[in-house]
Amino acid sequence: MAAETVTSKSMALAKAINESLRRALDSDPKVIIMGEDVGKLGGVFRVTDGLQKDFGESRVIDTPLAESGIVGTAIGLALRGYRPVVEIQFDGFVFPAYDQIVTQLAKMHARSLGKVKLPVVVRIPYGGGIGAVEHHSESPEALFAHVSGLKIVSPSNPSDAYWMMQQAIQSDDPVIFFEPKRRYWDKAEVNTEAIPGPLHKAQVVREGTDLTLVAYGPMVKLCQEVADAAAEEGRSLEVLDLRSVSPLDFDSIQTSVEKTRRLVVVHEAPVFFGSGAEIAARITERCFYHLEAPVLRVGGYHAPYPPARLEDEYLPGLDRVLDAVDRALAY
Amino acid sequence: MTVESTAARTPRRSASTKSPAGKRTTAKKAPGTDPELVQLLTPEGKRVKNAEYDSYVAGITPDELRGLYRDMVLTRRFDAEATSLQRQGELGLWASLLGQEAAQIGSGRATREDDYVFPTYREHGVAWCRGVDPTNLLGMFRGVNHGGWDPNDNNFHLYTIVIGSQTLHATGYAMGVAKDGADSAVIAYFGDGASSQGDVAESFTFSAVYNAPVVFFCQNNQWAISEPTEKQTRVPLYQRAQGYGFPGVRVDGNDVLACLAVTKWALERARRGEGPTLVEAYTYRMGAHTTSDDPTKYRADEEREAWEAKDPILRLRRYLEASNHADEGFFAELETESEALGRRVREAVRAMPDPDHFAIFEHVYADGHALVDEERAQFAAYQASFADSEGEGV
Repeated sequence: MAAETVTSKSMALAKAINESLRRALDSDPKVIIMGEDVGKLGGVFRVTDGLQKDFGESRVIDTPLAESGIVGTAIGLALRGYRPVVEIQFDGFVFPAYDQIVTQLAKMHARSLGKVKLPVVVRIPYGGGIGAVEHHSESPEALFAHVSGLKIVSPSNPSDAYWMMQQAIQSDDPVIFFEPKRRYWDKAEVNTEAIPGPLHKAQVVREGTDLTLVAYGPMVKLCQEVADAAAEEGRSLEVLDLRSVSPLDFDSIQTSVEKTRRLVVVHEAPVFFGSGAEIAARITERCFYHLEAPVLRVGGYHAPYPPARLEDEYLPGLDRVLDAVDRALAY
Repeated sequence: MTVESTAARTPRRSASTKSPAGKRTTAKKAPGTDPELVQLLTPEGKRVKNAEYDSYVAGITPDELRGLYRDMVLTRRFDAEATSLQRQGELGLWASLLGQEAAQIGSGRATREDDYVFPTYREHGVAWCRGVDPTNLLGMFRGVNHGGWDPNDNNFHLYTIVIGSQTLHATGYAMGVAKDGADSAVIAYFGDGASSQGDVAESFTFSAVYNAPVVFFCQNNQWAISEPTEKQTRVPLYQRAQGYGFPGVRVDGNDVLACLAVTKWALERARRGEGPTLVEAYTYRMGAHTTSDDPTKYRADEEREAWEAKDPILRLRRYLEASNHADEGFFAELETESEALGRRVREAVRAMPDPDHFAIFEHVYADGHALVDEERAQFAAYQASFADSEGEGV
């Protein structure tokens, strides 16, 4: 540890992404940043703060307010040999670009029989919990995970944010990079000279024996808090940070569930047709004889994301996850 | 709507006769032609002078004129063969370019080798100009692939089926060209129907804001499947450019010389760093939208007949003959070449093998994906399960 502290520094998640983008801009002249307000302002969350000043307007590009245009032109730039990292300002604003992402970005490699690669990263600050207005708190990851050709990742902590962004930019596949906006200001150590693990591998962030909690992005921290609370009641929960939604590391979930025999999946996105449904189906298939309880899911409701004064009721919180844990343990 | 409909489909003098560039003036045209329609060759095959665009075809040789004629004839022959192949069940679908040969050959021959082309799914003539083997275009219509060529071999992107999407790709590519400091240009093809798409509007905005070296080449063939152009716009399409701050020009899309000249002018503007241009090639889709379409349900034969008189190939032939640039031997030889092309295409399509079953799982990702690997293995196991029963003679 002592040797590592030399290259480690404490930084917020947003700053970690900023540092990662800076490193990518520095090391590869083909990397460009595009988005609304990413230049002088540094983005509405300041994730691109200072980058235009240091790398110029031709590499950190303030775009017109047109999300389809942002992704569509990023595809063209990628065809020309660039590696665009585009920002969609908020989760709920990605839908004008959904057509370009689904019909063009995701399919170009396959339809060109591998001749065309589109190394485009689409950054999307997502999720709720910040008291925002409508369309600023959504979790649309399942709408993208359903589409082959895309890779979907979401870091939960500053170190992963830093390294997963490096790996996403280096990927020759398009990556939708979901940033847990309510964790932007959470600080932790980031070792900028570490050797990162594989981008799409889940990580056990807390070991336990009685039940597995699976989460990604903003819900990992919550699940760790749930595990703390459960420990006070003498229950040992394992917490798995998926990190990647597509591909999804079912092997790591299976390993954990074969040990704990119970699984609760937690995400902010609506439960109905959410990533938890896919996990429940596949883990039931893989671990049928190991499971002591049905796989339970905790997430958003099949209702529009509510006004901010109600979001604490809508979002999974400590008590709702503990309730699911209790129900799973009761079998 | 009905009162206006016929008028809206005819090129008309608009309130502003000035081009969006402002400084250009409209040249005098032959009597009876529209003042806003750039035309160098009348339907009767007469060469008309045009002060602005003549210089772009001034040096054209008889050999090059015969070349344009040959391109159009062979493209039409290829297109007819593809239609027949669909009727014979060899292709699932075909989108014919019949009637649009001049727009495509004129603009396609205006491009330079280092330029980049973003087509719709009907740019068979442009593909021909770029050197794409016509048989490669047929794979997607036969159902053996979604695009059977390497776009970078001829700087000709894959056909795009979602209407208008490629205009943004062209704009982004052009932004990259500008970043690289290259003097090549990009041309995006689309149609009158696509002009209503948001992506086209956004590509106009982006290209204007970044001064991207791109030419938007709109073939207004009057019909978006069954919808006439007045269902897409209340102003002539080329005038849309004005609102975005770049020039728009309407060219006779059945006049290969005019299409060549105007596209050259627009591409050279792009190369000089003067930004985007919208070219509206005013033409006509002589055939159905695709082989699945039935135009008798929505348009009159008289309309088609009127456009037949303006046929792009016929008018160049008249000009070549009147100016003694081509003799009977040339036309006879071309006829032989056409038949040979038809035969080659026919044989190539019939010999085109179905893809291997496992092609489903190929190239889904560049760097691989665990789920694709897992499903490929499941599929293989499933397929292998039949091998046992076949072995038992079941």
